[in-house]
Amino acid sequence: MIQFVRPILVVTWKDILLEWRSRDLVVSVLVFGLLVAVMFNFALNVTPQRVTAFAPGILWVTFTFVGTLAMSRAFVRDSEQGGLEGLLLAPVSRDAVFLGKALSNFAFMLLVETLLLPVFGVFLDFAVLSWSLIATVALATLGFALVGTLFSAIAVQTRSREIMLPILFFPVALPLMIGAVEASAAAIGVQPGSVFSRWWPLLGAFDALFLVVCPWVFGAVVEE
Amino acid sequence: MLQSVRQMNFKSGFLVLCGLMMVADLWLIFQVAPTDAVIGDVQRVFYFHVPLALLSFLAFFVVFVGSIIYLVKRSPAADRIAYSAAEVGVVFVSLALLTGIIWARPVWNTWWTFEPRLTTTLILWFIYAGYLMIGYAAPNRAKGAIYSAVIGIIGFIDVPIVYYSVVWWRSIHPAPVVGPMAETGSLEPVMLNILLVSMMTFLLLFIYLVMERASLRRSEDDFRAIRLALRRASP
Repeated sequence: MIQFVRPILVVTWKDILLEWRSRDLVVSVLVFGLLVAVMFNFALNVTPQRVTAFAPGILWVTFTFVGTLAMSRAFVRDSEQGGLEGLLLAPVSRDAVFLGKALSNFAFMLLVETLLLPVFGVFLDFAVLSWSLIATVALATLGFALVGTLFSAIAVQTRSREIMLPILFFPVALPLMIGAVEASAAAIGVQPGSVFSRWWPLLGAFDALFLVVCPWVFGAVVEE
Repeated sequence: MLQSVRQMNFKSGFLVLCGLMMVADLWLIFQVAPTDAVIGDVQRVFYFHVPLALLSFLAFFVVFVGSIIYLVKRSPAADRIAYSAAEVGVVFVSLALLTGIIWARPVWNTWWTFEPRLTTTLILWFIYAGYLMIGYAAPNRAKGAIYSAVIGIIGFIDVPIVYYSVVWWRSIHPAPVVGPMAETGSLEPVMLNILLVSMMTFLLLFIYLVMERASLRRSEDDFRAIRLALRRASP
């Protein structure tokens, strides 16, 4: 068990360290997320009466944009100066490399979401500190990180990689988007709480399915 | 040589059969099939729409199986079949969406609604358009085949989740428009028979197109290999 988990954590730690030393991605992604939120205010004319009805949608469109932006950079650092080749030459399984990258993307997205949520709570007037909202964010973000990491490994090696990632990612991530929006609506009190019993298993099933499939196909994606 | 001539004869025979079936099918649809009592002539689009939609699902299943075989065995034939099926599938699903829109406007009184089947079909279109695009955006042919296979697998297993998420979403946000034909009733026997003939016709067309496209793809690969060999021989 420890032999399997250790390489994953080492890969994740490498990414965290890289980000900690430069700090360019967190800051830029955070500012971008705030800008999207401000744009939505004017695009939808969010008035206090209907703010909670819009809140889940605004929240998840912003998170999706932010996540795509962050994940499009996930393999760029590695692909520069032969970093990915070095990573693949390491005597660990490709599954560990994938899960390590996915875990660092997951942690990164969670960090940005944690920083954005209070601001959204202020802008859109909903209670951020609820367990059901936190559980929803964690479940949906895990799915985003798994599929997003796989597709960003593909997109980084193609021409026009900035546009390939969302084109591949958005259609597949549609169930996550639907589940996350509906469960968040319940968490902030727009929908009845009974819908959790439907959307959480959906998000969980998505995560479990791609937790199995993504590492398997990742090996083929990065082979030379 | 003899084999390729035999193959050619087989394909030409298939094409002739397909053409004859198509003419017969058109005659059945526009001359023999009764006009629908409720919605009139526009119902005839149904004989094109249903086979196109079902065969595009079949096409994407072929892509899924071909992609798995390619990733496990790296057989170029599996990649060629999967890619060809995806191309034909995208054409069929585009036509299915278009014919569906033509049908929905008079019958449902709306061009489009985010109903589970429609949404799933649209998402299929997006996924397999991405599948075709990644083949061209990849740095080389071999990488493109692997990337496509990955999309072919991920996309297909995602489809049931998309479908159920929209079914459940719909149960919370009910459809604003419900037309007289929203629930498909039972078909007249003659209509059902013509639909079956139409299905057979489009199935033959599908097989023919995939066969033709796969052999063209094989020629493309051969051509690329020859060009590479020539370039190596004369620097």
